[in-house]
Amino acid sequence: MSRTHPLIEARQLGVRLGGETIIRNVNLSVYGGQIVTLIGPNGAGKSTLIKTLLGVHRISEGQLTLAPSLTIGYMPQRISIDDSLPLSVYRLMTLTHRASRTAVTEALQLTDVPHLIDRPVQQLSGGEFQRVMLARALLKQPDLLVLDEPVQGVDFNGEVDLYRLIQRIRDERGCAILMVSHDLHLVMAATDEVVCLNGHVCCTGAPETITQQPEFTQLFGHKHADALAFYSHHHDHNHSLAEQGGHVHD
Amino acid sequence: MIEMLWPALLAGTGIALLAGPLGSFMVWRRMAYFGDTMAHSGLLGVTLAVVLNLNLTVGIALVTTALALLLFGLQRQRRLPSDTLLGILSHGSLAIGMLVLAFSESVRIDLSGLLFGDLLAVNRGDVLWVAAILVVALPVMLLIWRPLLAITVHEDLARAEGIATERIRIVYLILIALVIAVAMKIVGILLITALMIIPAAAARWLSKTPEQMAVGASLLGVLCVWAGLAGSWFTNAPSGPAIVVTAVIAFAVLLTISQFWQRTRG
Repeated sequence: MSRTHPLIEARQLGVRLGGETIIRNVNLSVYGGQIVTLIGPNGAGKSTLIKTLLGVHRISEGQLTLAPSLTIGYMPQRISIDDSLPLSVYRLMTLTHRASRTAVTEALQLTDVPHLIDRPVQQLSGGEFQRVMLARALLKQPDLLVLDEPVQGVDFNGEVDLYRLIQRIRDERGCAILMVSHDLHLVMAATDEVVCLNGHVCCTGAPETITQQPEFTQLFGHKHADALAFYSHHHDHNHSLAEQGGHVHD
Repeated sequence: MIEMLWPALLAGTGIALLAGPLGSFMVWRRMAYFGDTMAHSGLLGVTLAVVLNLNLTVGIALVTTALALLLFGLQRQRRLPSDTLLGILSHGSLAIGMLVLAFSESVRIDLSGLLFGDLLAVNRGDVLWVAAILVVALPVMLLIWRPLLAITVHEDLARAEGIATERIRIVYLILIALVIAVAMKIVGILLITALMIIPAAAARWLSKTPEQMAVGASLLGVLCVWAGLAGSWFTNAPSGPAIVVTAVIAFAVLLTISQFWQRTRG
C-alpha cells in the first residue's frame, strides 16, 4: 500500500449547494488498495462529499487532487429505474461505457450474477440490483471504487455477503474502495480506515481506535461505541444491533 | 380536393416521426406536464407573432424555447415544487395568450383551430418548416440519444461518468420546443403532448429496448396521424382530437393484446 501518493486527496474541501454549506473543511485521502469507510448521521454530507470527489458537484473551497489517469468506478445510492423504460442489465451496464457482451459477462461474474445479463432491470431483487451495479462499477477496471451505501435494499444475509464480496474484490484486484455505510458493525472488520463525517470530519482512524475517540462517542453514543469495540474483538453480530444501527442512522 | 390534405399529411408524418423518440423520453423522464406547459405557452407565441408581425412558427418556437430555458433555470430553486411552478407557467401563459388575442380587434384568428388543430390551415410553408426541423432534429436526437438515456437512468451517475448533463438536457428541451412549434397547426396547443406521450406509452407494451420503444412510437404516431387526418377529412371533425382519439384507441388495443399475450404465456 503506497503511502506516498494518494489516489485521491481532498484538502479543506467545502461544498455549498443552493446557498447552503453542506460540507466544509474536509480532509480525506485514499491510497491504493485501501478500504476507507465514510460514516456519519443522515444529512452529514456523505453523499455530497462523494459526488464532489466524482465531479458531480462543484468545489466551493479547498482543493481536490486526483492521481493522474485515475479510473473511478462509481455505484450511487440505490437507484430506481422507471417501469416505463425498457432496459436490460446489459444496457444498464453499458450506458456511458461501451463494452462487449464478453466484458460485461466477466464483470457480472465478479459479483456472481452473470445469468442476469438479459434480465429487465425492473425485475431484479434488491440484492441482485446492487450486485449488477457493483459489476457495472468494476467494468472499467477502476483503480478506485466509490460505493454509496452499497447494501441499501438488501436483506441482512445479503448484506453480509455483499460486504464480503467487496472485501474479496479489493483483495483480488487490489483496487482501493471508498464507501459510505450505515452498517458500522458490519463494515468495521473489512475497513482500514474510518472517516466520521458530520458536515466536517469529526474523527478518523482505524476501526479499533476510532471508537475510543470522544468525538465518535459524542456522535454515535456510548452504546454503539461499546458495540463496535466488542465487534472488533469478536467476529460476531446480532440482529438487535442491526436494528439499533438502523435506528440511529436512518 | 384531396390535394388539400397533402400538406397536413406530410407535416403530420414528419411531426409524428420526431414525436416518437422525444415523447418516449417524456414518458421515461415523467415530463408530460412539462411538455404540456411548453405547448400551452405556444399560444403566447401566436400572440407574439401577431403583434410583431412574425411568421407564426417562428413566434411559437421563440416563446416555447424561451419557456424551456426559463423552466430549466427555475428548476434549480427548491422553494416551490416543480409541478406548482409548471401550473403557474402553463395556465398563466395560456391565459395571457387568450386575453391578448381576445382584445386585439384587428386580428381575426381561429381560436379553436389553434387549440385543437385544423388540417386545412396547414400550407406548403408549414411542410417546409417541418422538413427543415426534421433534417436538423433527427441527427441531433441520434447524437444525444445515449447520453440522454444515461441521464434518464441516473443524472448524478451520468455526470460522474463524464456526461455534460445540463447541455444535453437543454438540447432535448429545445427539440421539444421546435416540435411543438411545428405541430401546433395540426394537433393544436392543447393536444400536442398527447401526440408525444400516447404513441410512446402504447409502444411500451411491445418493446424490450429503449430504441424499440422510440421507433415503435414513431411508427404508431405516423399511423395515428394518417388515420386521424383521414377521419377528420371525411367527418369534418377537428384534426387534433381525431388524431388523439386514434392514438388512445391504439393504446387501448395494444394494452389489451399485451395483457392477453402475457396471460396466455403464463
